[in-house]
Amino acid sequence: MSALDLPQPELNAPEPIAPDLVAEDLACRRGARVVFVGVSFRLPAGGALLLTGGNGSGKSSLLRLAAGLLAPAAGRLSWGERLVAADLAQHHARLHYVGHQDAVKPTMTPRETLTFWAALRGRRGAMAQAIENALAAFALDPVADWPCRWLSAGQRRRLALARLLVAPAALWLLDEPTSALDADGQERLERVIAAHRTNGGRVLLATHLPLAIDHAQTLVLDGFAPASDPALTLSALTL
Amino acid sequence: MINRFANPARFMRLSAAILPWCAAATVALLAIGLYLALVVAPPDYQQGEAVRIMYVHVPAAWLALSVYLFIAVASGVALVSRHPLAEIAARSAAPIGAGFTFICLVTGSLWGRPIWGTWWVWDARLTSVLVLFFLYLGYIALVNGFDDPARGAKAGSVLALVGVVNLPIIKFSVDWWNTLHQPASVLRLGAPTIALSMLVPLLVMAAAFWLLFATLLMVRMRTGLNERKALALRLNRMPVPSSVRAEPASPASESVASAGPALR
Amino acid sequence: MTALYGIFRHDLGLALRQGGDTGLVLAFFVLAVVLFPFGVGPEAEILARIAAGILWVAALLAALLSLDRLYQPDYEDGGLELIALAPLPLELAVLAKSAAHWVATGLPLVLLSPLLALFVDLDPHAIPTLVASLLLGTPFLSLVGSIAAALTLGARRQGVLLSLLVLPLYVPPLVFGAGAVEASALGAAARPDLLILGALTLAALPLAPWASAAALRQALE
Repeated sequence: MSALDLPQPELNAPEPIAPDLVAEDLACRRGARVVFVGVSFRLPAGGALLLTGGNGSGKSSLLRLAAGLLAPAAGRLSWGERLVAADLAQHHARLHYVGHQDAVKPTMTPRETLTFWAALRGRRGAMAQAIENALAAFALDPVADWPCRWLSAGQRRRLALARLLVAPAALWLLDEPTSALDADGQERLERVIAAHRTNGGRVLLATHLPLAIDHAQTLVLDGFAPASDPALTLSALTL
Repeated sequence: MINRFANPARFMRLSAAILPWCAAATVALLAIGLYLALVVAPPDYQQGEAVRIMYVHVPAAWLALSVYLFIAVASGVALVSRHPLAEIAARSAAPIGAGFTFICLVTGSLWGRPIWGTWWVWDARLTSVLVLFFLYLGYIALVNGFDDPARGAKAGSVLALVGVVNLPIIKFSVDWWNTLHQPASVLRLGAPTIALSMLVPLLVMAAAFWLLFATLLMVRMRTGLNERKALALRLNRMPVPSSVRAEPASPASESVASAGPALR
Repeated sequence: MTALYGIFRHDLGLALRQGGDTGLVLAFFVLAVVLFPFGVGPEAEILARIAAGILWVAALLAALLSLDRLYQPDYEDGGLELIALAPLPLELAVLAKSAAHWVATGLPLVLLSPLLALFVDLDPHAIPTLVASLLLGTPFLSLVGSIAAALTLGARRQGVLLSLLVLPLYVPPLVFGAGAVEASALGAAARPDLLILGALTLAALPLAPWASAAALRQALE
């Protein structure tokens, strides 16, 4: 496939041979507000981590931090032994990020959209086939050549998720992926995630709604808000 | 050494101690400088008494440029080290620098009136200072143009660096433009040949302006730091039960396993 | 390289498909130039004297108008963060976007300028210099403009703020561009001005994407 590290470990192996995504004591600050402190987790190959928590608890911030768009105010994020911050470009190359927005241009068709993103993510060979597979996986074949302005919100969301399939990546970061999706779309997403994990991929996803993802860890972010401790908040000035 | 003074709390203590002295020295030097400029210094044989405006105009121009360089250096430090004090220093200095630039423009205009009979003249220096004024206004507008003040501060840092790189280019292009369009006979709006009797008041006024800048900067930085503290306290007041405070990993998160996944 | 070209083609395709941006820029250029005779009177001597300045200022304002379309649409629909997360360095992506922007908005200004020169009685000998100066100068406008466009993403009054930031930085190309045309109209050598203008653009070529990328990363945090 590609040069991205996408290992094929056995799920029953005693020790994973692929790097884990490790977060140690992460703190996140947006402006003067401390969003969370002391978040730690370990996401192994084939694993899934669900982020839950109320509004403003920092789920999106944690995802952006994991993507390397945001730098942590404290703590470290590493891929295996190496710090993510040490080589952000490589980290970006090994992940797919699906945020709240769909990044869909009204005048382009789904097929053109996927072609653009596939080329951007460095996909070389078998591009057409990968795009067809992606469209089929999310049942977008009937609308593949319509301008995206004619698509419904749910179809645009499916298109945004179909991007996950046009180029391989070891880590998927999904922010509320099921928003606007109907039951069929949700089921397709669950299938796609399961296939990704079988291939050794990792998924970190934030969600309000229940998703059928088995053997997943859960991280509830509500408990990580800093208490009303003056010393802690003042230290936020120097964070 | 920078790290020693870089702590915000330490800066507050230091500035509280220095500020009264700085303010007193500013007032003293301004008084001396103005006396020297308006009373003691001789009138120019060509420009007459009007040359006395130079003693405010020229130091103001020096400060206008120096403060912009200060902002650029502070912005560079802020971008590299992300230190809050550097950011606040840059942000606080901007209105002071804009003020000096404005004084320079107004005194330049007043200076030109008795000499050329017009309120504005497109002299090379005045024009450069005018463009510098717009650079200041742009910086201030950008820093204050976001709902999130942190974003504004960071954007301002980049803009200050872009501006400082462009300053010599703008100066060069304004000089070029001026030589192309200005007839050669016009008097340059510059200082006449500097005699000692004129140099001393000039330097005293420059020193006074520098002290004024330092005083105002410290006042603004202290205000800025206090505002920041107040904002942090307000935003980070969250009603969390005290049992959670004890450990960073709350009871609710014990489902996060560091070894092996847990079944949902 | 393919990714770079991919972004260039993508942005250019979008601009052509939507078509509005190019049309808007050209329409503004024409309108701004046409307003001047109404303001200063139709005498050919007066217009010819200020023609270089009119054309350059109008081109500059028209280029300014199109700047907020450079990043705003991608920022709003979430495409910008995906570009930032792509394997391609963000600086190169900025270069590709600026190039596409220039082809869609700057190049049309260059091509339309000889026609507008007729409206303001510019000396016909100066028209090649006009085209050359705009050809050399409009890329600078796109590059430096992209810095301001990136810095003001998400600001409250993006359009006005963008203009305030970018106009002081546009003074150098204006001085040398209009200077070149005027020199040509007076029969003098335009080469020094054109060379300096070219140097400005060449200097902006590596520096502007670097500053723009830094600003974009701040916007995406």
